[in-house]
Amino acid sequence: MSKVHVTTTVNGEEKEFLAEPRQSLLEVLRDELHLTGTKEGCNDGNCGACSVVFDGTLVCACCVLGVEANGKRVETVEGMATREGLHPLQQAFLEETGMQCGICTPGFLMASNELLKSNPNPSEQEIRFWLANNLCRCTGYDKIVKSVQKAAAVMGGA
Amino acid sequence: MHSFEFSTPTSVSEAVAMLAEQGANARILAGGTDLLIGMRAGRLQPGLVVDAKGIPELLEYQLGSDGLRLGAAVTCRTLYDDPGVVEGYPALIEAVSIIGGIPTQGRATVGGNLCNAAPSGDTIPALIALGAVATLIGPDGPRQLPVEAICLAPGRTALAANELLLSIHIPAPVANSGACYQRFIPRNEMDIAVASVGSSVVLSADGGTFESARIALGSVGPTPIFAQAAGALLAGQPVSDASLQQAADAAEAAATPINDMRGTIEQRKQLINVLTRRTLREAVSRAQA
Amino acid sequence: MNAPESGGKVKTEFTVLGTTPMRQDGMEKVTGAARFGDDIHLPGMLHGKLLRSPHAHARIKSIDTRKAAAMKGVRAVITGADMPTLNAGIIAAGEGGEVNMQDIADNCMARDRVFYDGHVLAAVAADNPHIAEAACGLIEVEYELLEPVLNVHDAIKAGAPVLHEEYTPGAFLFPTQKALPNAGRLFLEHGDVDGALAACDFVVEREFSTKAVHQGYIEPHVTTAEWTSEETLTIHTSTQGAFAIRDFLASFMNMPLSKIKVIPMEIGGGFGGKDVVYIDSVAAVLARKSGRPVKIFMSRSEVLRGTGPSPETFIRVKMGCNKAGQLQAADIYLLYEAGAYPGGPIAPGTLCSLTRYNVPNVRLDGYDVFLNKPKMKPYRAPGATQSNFAAESTLADLAEKAGIDPIEMRLINALKPGDMMPMGFPCPPLGSIEMLNAIKTHPHYTAPLEGENRGRGIAYGFWFGAGLASSAEIRANSDGTVNLTTGSADLSGTRNTLGMQAAEQLGIDPALITTNVGDTDSVGYTFQSVGSRTTFATGIAVISACKKLIGEMARRAAMVWEVDAAEVVYAEGMFRLKGDADKRMTFGELCAKADHTGGPLLADASEFPEGVGFQIAANIVDVEVDPETGKVDILRFTALQDVGKAVHPDYVEGQMQGGSVQGIGWALNEEYVFDDQGRLSNPTLLDYRMPTALDVPNIDCTILETPNPGHPFGVRGVGEVPIVPPPAAIRDAIKNAVGIHLCELPMKPAVVLKAIRDQQGNS
Repeated sequence: MSKVHVTTTVNGEEKEFLAEPRQSLLEVLRDELHLTGTKEGCNDGNCGACSVVFDGTLVCACCVLGVEANGKRVETVEGMATREGLHPLQQAFLEETGMQCGICTPGFLMASNELLKSNPNPSEQEIRFWLANNLCRCTGYDKIVKSVQKAAAVMGGA
Repeated sequence: MHSFEFSTPTSVSEAVAMLAEQGANARILAGGTDLLIGMRAGRLQPGLVVDAKGIPELLEYQLGSDGLRLGAAVTCRTLYDDPGVVEGYPALIEAVSIIGGIPTQGRATVGGNLCNAAPSGDTIPALIALGAVATLIGPDGPRQLPVEAICLAPGRTALAANELLLSIHIPAPVANSGACYQRFIPRNEMDIAVASVGSSVVLSADGGTFESARIALGSVGPTPIFAQAAGALLAGQPVSDASLQQAADAAEAAATPINDMRGTIEQRKQLINVLTRRTLREAVSRAQA
Repeated sequence: MNAPESGGKVKTEFTVLGTTPMRQDGMEKVTGAARFGDDIHLPGMLHGKLLRSPHAHARIKSIDTRKAAAMKGVRAVITGADMPTLNAGIIAAGEGGEVNMQDIADNCMARDRVFYDGHVLAAVAADNPHIAEAACGLIEVEYELLEPVLNVHDAIKAGAPVLHEEYTPGAFLFPTQKALPNAGRLFLEHGDVDGALAACDFVVEREFSTKAVHQGYIEPHVTTAEWTSEETLTIHTSTQGAFAIRDFLASFMNMPLSKIKVIPMEIGGGFGGKDVVYIDSVAAVLARKSGRPVKIFMSRSEVLRGTGPSPETFIRVKMGCNKAGQLQAADIYLLYEAGAYPGGPIAPGTLCSLTRYNVPNVRLDGYDVFLNKPKMKPYRAPGATQSNFAAESTLADLAEKAGIDPIEMRLINALKPGDMMPMGFPCPPLGSIEMLNAIKTHPHYTAPLEGENRGRGIAYGFWFGAGLASSAEIRANSDGTVNLTTGSADLSGTRNTLGMQAAEQLGIDPALITTNVGDTDSVGYTFQSVGSRTTFATGIAVISACKKLIGEMARRAAMVWEVDAAEVVYAEGMFRLKGDADKRMTFGELCAKADHTGGPLLADASEFPEGVGFQIAANIVDVEVDPETGKVDILRFTALQDVGKAVHPDYVEGQMQGGSVQGIGWALNEEYVFDDQGRLSNPTLLDYRMPTALDVPNIDCTILETPNPGHPFGVRGVGEVPIVPPPAAIRDAIKNAVGIHLCELPMKPAVVLKAIRDQQGNS
């Protein structure tokens, strides 16, 4: 199987790579583009560690083929902070201790960011529902939920 | 994962031609949330993956006076993000908003859920209860099949190897009607249904009598089950705990579950009874509202 | 186990401890820059994949790797025959026990028999993981199927297939003795148990069964092996203990310790499951054979099939009390799976079943049972959650039978400081009575609970924790900043809790201290981050290193002032000359003078502390049961814990919350499901059901602080005990909600529903 030439936009920058069709977007991000902030936890869409935004929609990068990224926009955790500093969610996760080992953190940040875009002032239950595809084994979720609530308040939703 | 070719047709005719040539060697990629997992596990090994998302008609949906027509590659998320669909088709929304989590729903499609033909496919009992009809297209043109005729066995459908699911049509809700879908899972999210029920009812103008009802069951047989008799016995009956219980018992009798790691026969039969009652009650209250 | 040693005077006033500075590795972790085990790409690196047995028990008659080796892109194929033969098989473990290193090596790569579904028997290194995976599929194995032994009851029956003709009995924390063909045994008895039980006013006997559960870390196991010369091996891996990986590898590869360098990457969770070699030696042999660096990254199903879990158990408890509720006797029989090889957590499970109570007559009879399942691994308070569920539930039912309030029942019997413990020494300071009283007055416990099918439960749990070896090295830079390096893997923020202890001891701002996790070449030997020991034991090494550094700096100040070092005192970040108010230098000012007073400032220390502070925790939980479906929802959950001294209270809460939710998962839905041939049926995170955010409420925390005299700041281990009481507490709440006395885990809907229907059938 020959490789396919893919042109895509990742975190606002145009990228080109060659991929076999069987390579997932997750593999391509990590192995071809060396964006290793997106993590593999299960490779079947059940843990959310590889949550990215694909063409404006939150997805698990393991459930998308890399070749599907042709002509699309991809946003990953590496694109969250700007020159001006951390995204309010990143800051809130730091301040509220919304992490322990940190392996699930990029996925939670990407998913939470998409939540706050569509629902700037979510209830605790709405946060928990939205984040149910993101597994964390360390925190018991309490401080993650509080981090999202804090970011929502900082971002002016509350 | 095995190696395969990837193609991105931009028209239905192009896709149909590919399927005609490749037959069972080709698989349609819609959301990919089942296909990729199946390929990674080695269960599915197509030589050609045909991406349906480059075909405009498959990505469209129309909400009109005759109902909701869904292109086969419309995602779950698209549906619940549309207030008109949310208002008009709550039972469908109940199904599409519990398939995996939010990231899965952003990719997964109703068409894919149907074609995957899992006994536990959440949209299928809802679609059957709503009387949905699928339009398939092959080299000889389109044909229509009610959704309950699509699934033949786990992972096997009535689609020929050279056929493609084009769209699903859900008729517009008639007056005094209501529908509901519920499943039982051990967690509160991210699970496969242990048992599930979709119910729809049409009531008399005063809301006191059933005119008709459709009940469909998930995860209690090799395919989703259209429990036609259970729905039919409600016709003409008063809306009462007794009539609901009668239908629930009939639905339970229609269930043919197995013991597996996700549930036991006894548990699943009990759940069908409970969920039939609960979905009917909710469908009735929606019809009365 | 030795009696905890009491150290010197315990400090009680703090400037740094008890505050919540932001974690120093946090920035990398929220930006995606943190480098975990899979985030390394070495030049020329190959990808390894493992061939795993689909059979639970089989003899390997032959393996033909020719087709795999011939595949394009394949660079090396190995089998058990390629693995080195160990020079030293059996080595001493603590407490007089022994560990058979050959067992652990064989668990990584089977030699002539496979002992469980998922047991590795060959491996491939190739240009990419897809090729390696495909090549594994081309390896032809001829198996002779053997009868699998799949549960503890069958394993100990006469005539059961014998797994190991010869075995070294397991010695996890405490040694077991050779007892049965498929089981080692730990037996403890004191008093007249049968006589005392016969004389009791109330006796309850129950049989409990619990299913195997996995640690469930989100990061799969990963390692990268590189031969930097013919005889030097470098390993990049995510591990709870770089030194442990080095030591196992040295043993498996017959290499000197000094020639193996293990570089710890950031680790994505461990909970006891990442403190041993699974894939490192396989990667090393593939790397040697291919002449290229090799990375192995496990899939999730490999993690579930081939690593962990914590064992399935059967536990029978008979317990009696007098009319006053005083426990008179307990007879506990425990069968814990060891898995394919000896060494499961039977000993701590057995010992922790009752340690929190005073029981005058006790018989504990525990078995470490070998069968065709993965080799069992520690999981957060290893073995204690299972036996706590059994003993705590029996105690609750006994209190119910005796008509005694459940908290009073525990207060009457609670182990208090000074009470003699089963290990033969008096209980050190412990806030047991304070904690039980704290439940009584907790606003959660006193709040009314309304609504049908709702119930409130409590439970109380105990865990030992560990001391063991730790090393720390501290350097004061010329600008007054400090680099602290320890050998402890950081799973949860321990770089901060160690840096905070250094800041407290040095009297400087914690922001001046950067704490690093050292590789095995750069810092002294340090035991794994297990046993809740890092903040406690490595903390003691850090404090010792700080004391040495201050001593050295006082000597330097004396040189500057041309006085005797004994004349220099140090407090609150300031060196002073006794009796001369003008002679003072800050910590930073003295750092700037290092080059003029003898060179860079550094100090190191190693410690092996004995003063482990025991851990106790309790829960209050409210549930609602759906009697038609058997589903249990957790409405409210409160965790209480005696932590000695909370170094970073947010992290302490994080441990309590995380452990509680793991306990909730264990209680309600997590389980290994095997088919009748011993194949794991649910090796995915879809069907291995860990709690999602939607399954749990916020976990309210009550932190109690009874200083541990074995640590200069009163710190005791925190991480493990939170997982212990939740299953018993939830069982109690379900009982109070719908009146059923469950005796199995998980208490999944099918189990609850069946119990409710059985009860309805009986009434």
